[in-house]
Amino acid sequence: MRKNLMMAAFAVLTAGAVAATPAMADKSIIVQSTTSTANSGLYDYLLPEFKKKSGITVNVVAVGTGQAIKNAKNCDGDVLLVHAKSAEEKFVGEGFGVKRFDLMYNDFVIVGPPSDPAGIAETSDVKAALKAIADKGATFASRGDDSGTHKKEKKLWKAAGVDPSKGSGKWYRETGSGMGATLNAGVGMGAYVMTDRATWIAYKNKGDYKIAVEGDKEMFNQYGVILINKDKCPSVKSDLGQEFVDWLLSAEGQNAIRSYKRDGQQLFFPNAAAADMKKAG
Amino acid sequence: MQDFAESFRLAFALVSSGDGNLLEIIALSLRVSFSAMFLSCAIGLALGSLVAVARFPGRTAVIVLFNTMMGLPPVVVGLLVYLVLSRAGPLGIFGLLYTPTAMIIAQTILITPIIAALSRQIIEDLFDEYDEFFRSLAVPVWQAMGAVLWDARYSLITVALAGFGRAIAEVGAVMIVGGNIDHLTRVMTTAIALETSKGDLALALALGIVLLTISMTVNALALTLRSSAAKQAYA
Amino acid sequence: MALPMTKATLEVAAGSATPFADQTSARAKTQTLFPLEVRGLCFDAGGRRLIDNLDLTLSASGTTMIMGPNGAGKSVFFRLIHGLLQPSSGSINWAGKLPSEAVRRKQALVFQKPVLLRRSVAENVDFVLRTIGSQSVEQREQLLDRVGLLSLSKQPARLLSGGEQQRLSLARALALNPEVLLLDEPTASLDPASVMKIEQIVADAVSHGVKVIFITHDLGQARRLASDVVFLHRGKVAEHAPAETFFECPDSEAVRDFLAGRIVL
Repeated sequence: MRKNLMMAAFAVLTAGAVAATPAMADKSIIVQSTTSTANSGLYDYLLPEFKKKSGITVNVVAVGTGQAIKNAKNCDGDVLLVHAKSAEEKFVGEGFGVKRFDLMYNDFVIVGPPSDPAGIAETSDVKAALKAIADKGATFASRGDDSGTHKKEKKLWKAAGVDPSKGSGKWYRETGSGMGATLNAGVGMGAYVMTDRATWIAYKNKGDYKIAVEGDKEMFNQYGVILINKDKCPSVKSDLGQEFVDWLLSAEGQNAIRSYKRDGQQLFFPNAAAADMKKAG
Repeated sequence: MQDFAESFRLAFALVSSGDGNLLEIIALSLRVSFSAMFLSCAIGLALGSLVAVARFPGRTAVIVLFNTMMGLPPVVVGLLVYLVLSRAGPLGIFGLLYTPTAMIIAQTILITPIIAALSRQIIEDLFDEYDEFFRSLAVPVWQAMGAVLWDARYSLITVALAGFGRAIAEVGAVMIVGGNIDHLTRVMTTAIALETSKGDLALALALGIVLLTISMTVNALALTLRSSAAKQAYA
Repeated sequence: MALPMTKATLEVAAGSATPFADQTSARAKTQTLFPLEVRGLCFDAGGRRLIDNLDLTLSASGTTMIMGPNGAGKSVFFRLIHGLLQPSSGSINWAGKLPSEAVRRKQALVFQKPVLLRRSVAENVDFVLRTIGSQSVEQREQLLDRVGLLSLSKQPARLLSGGEQQRLSLARALALNPEVLLLDEPTASLDPASVMKIEQIVADAVSHGVKVIFITHDLGQARRLASDVVFLHRGKVAEHAPAETFFECPDSEAVRDFLAGRIVL
């Protein structure tokens, strides 16, 4: 083992300051996506299959949905795969995206400590649960990063008739970071956290945390996929990007999404429109 | 506490397994940070030498600027490099964003001020010491500078290592401009950040231990090299 | 020689001759820098006048000893005539030439506090030999042998004793094959045997036509080496006289006090 390390070190030392080779393989695309999909391990499962079929390397940049859309608007990617439908439609409407397709969904859950200070364990009415949290002043850790999850959370607070910003810094804690970091923070301070189910299942630092609220249809989490528009971004590799989008929407891609499991649980539910599937065929 | 024991066990297992992914990540970390270090030395030593010897209006301001920029936040550097290398940015046509080259550029910007500021001090001190002797000999200034750099080389190696240490340990800049893309731009620190966000704290800490071990190895090699070179020089 | 030598001709000249090596040929060095004429020289630093309207003329022959109490301005005077410091006013002429780089290249200054490169003894000499475009191992070994440092040639120069450092400094100065040797208390910290050795080397250089200007506090040394003595006091020349005159019937009160062993302030 030491030999391996030393050899690696030596190889690099002798290579010295050799300028970085353009490491991008010829056939490769960049997908701007979200931490929730990346942290769930979905891409580690899907991409090798796609590569086997197409020979295309897919490089995933995982950031919050807000930043992913911003990066895509800067033309720093070929495909956008996020979960904030209205923002995605605006993106396409402004001409940055060619077309938005429904790809898959999962759902959001609210996780919390076993002490359950808001008394919302094993409920399914998310609005009532959020109101209870606010009323009791129970700690709640929010992404606070303009991500898809954060946008969804804000929408739910509004629907519950609560303005959480009044409790900002007190019971409402905005971490301004990704899903995993927010979960780490939440678990650390005994706060409720809203997370997508895929990240939660894959998440390893659960401690004694449990799902408190699940099953409300308001907590539906739709993912969409968009090819970035060559008209706005001439650098986009339209052919390769389209091939990836088509594959995701095809029966093969949808089956692959369906078959990805962690701890025996399915994480994402494919729901591409039948028409899109057939076309992609 | 369990995490610590688990992490050391994991770190050991990771390294001894010779895991291909891990080696790839380690190799990229070293390649990026060494390249940044060599580039920064080329630029930083030139700047440091110039400011050490030249007397010009605003020199003090330049020194203050160097010293201030030693504390550049990596994430700010990352952001600036992102804005410049982005397809929408002025250098977008080169398509460098999300490549190791972008990471090298960001780290070079990050550590050049360190090399410049620290080497400026060392070079200036030694130059002052040699100054009258060199002027008495009427040695051309470039030759004097060459002699000063050569005689200060051991101190300057320490400066270079300080730069390397900062480069290989930073995560903010490479995360933004590299994108932490698997098999392409994932380095030790971004891998640690990723595992942390997955809640796999033991694995994250194990990677941290591996990173520390690498830094230690590099420093030990440099010191060994230094002492054996010193021995040869005076043997 | 009316014009200053160009660097190229100088290197050829310097490179072609081994400094005072060939004892038998005793080829006298051609002097191109004398007379040295200093007129109305003043130098101020930190609001103090260190050199005060100093006049002096030195000729090419023999050894000029410069004496005077601490703070009289001896080392500053050396730096001024060597061109390392710019006068506040007044003039310095080496046979009509200002103390330029070309003039400096024909001189070698041994500093009171030796400036040694952070290298080995041998490399210190090599560096100087390289600047005049000649570098041979024999030349270096000969120089180190002359100052008695050959056996220490691989030592780091900074680990030498004070006296050894002075001798290395002198070896480097000789390596330049200069027309003028400016020695700023080169024997101050040496034991008697080393002092004798240095004095022999200096005398040898003088016999080969090298002009030596030598700062010392040591009266005995001054008596042994001087052709003429300059006594500096408070930034002025208190007395400049041939050696016999200086030691036998000095003109100024300061020198009489000094020779009598009284403290001169």
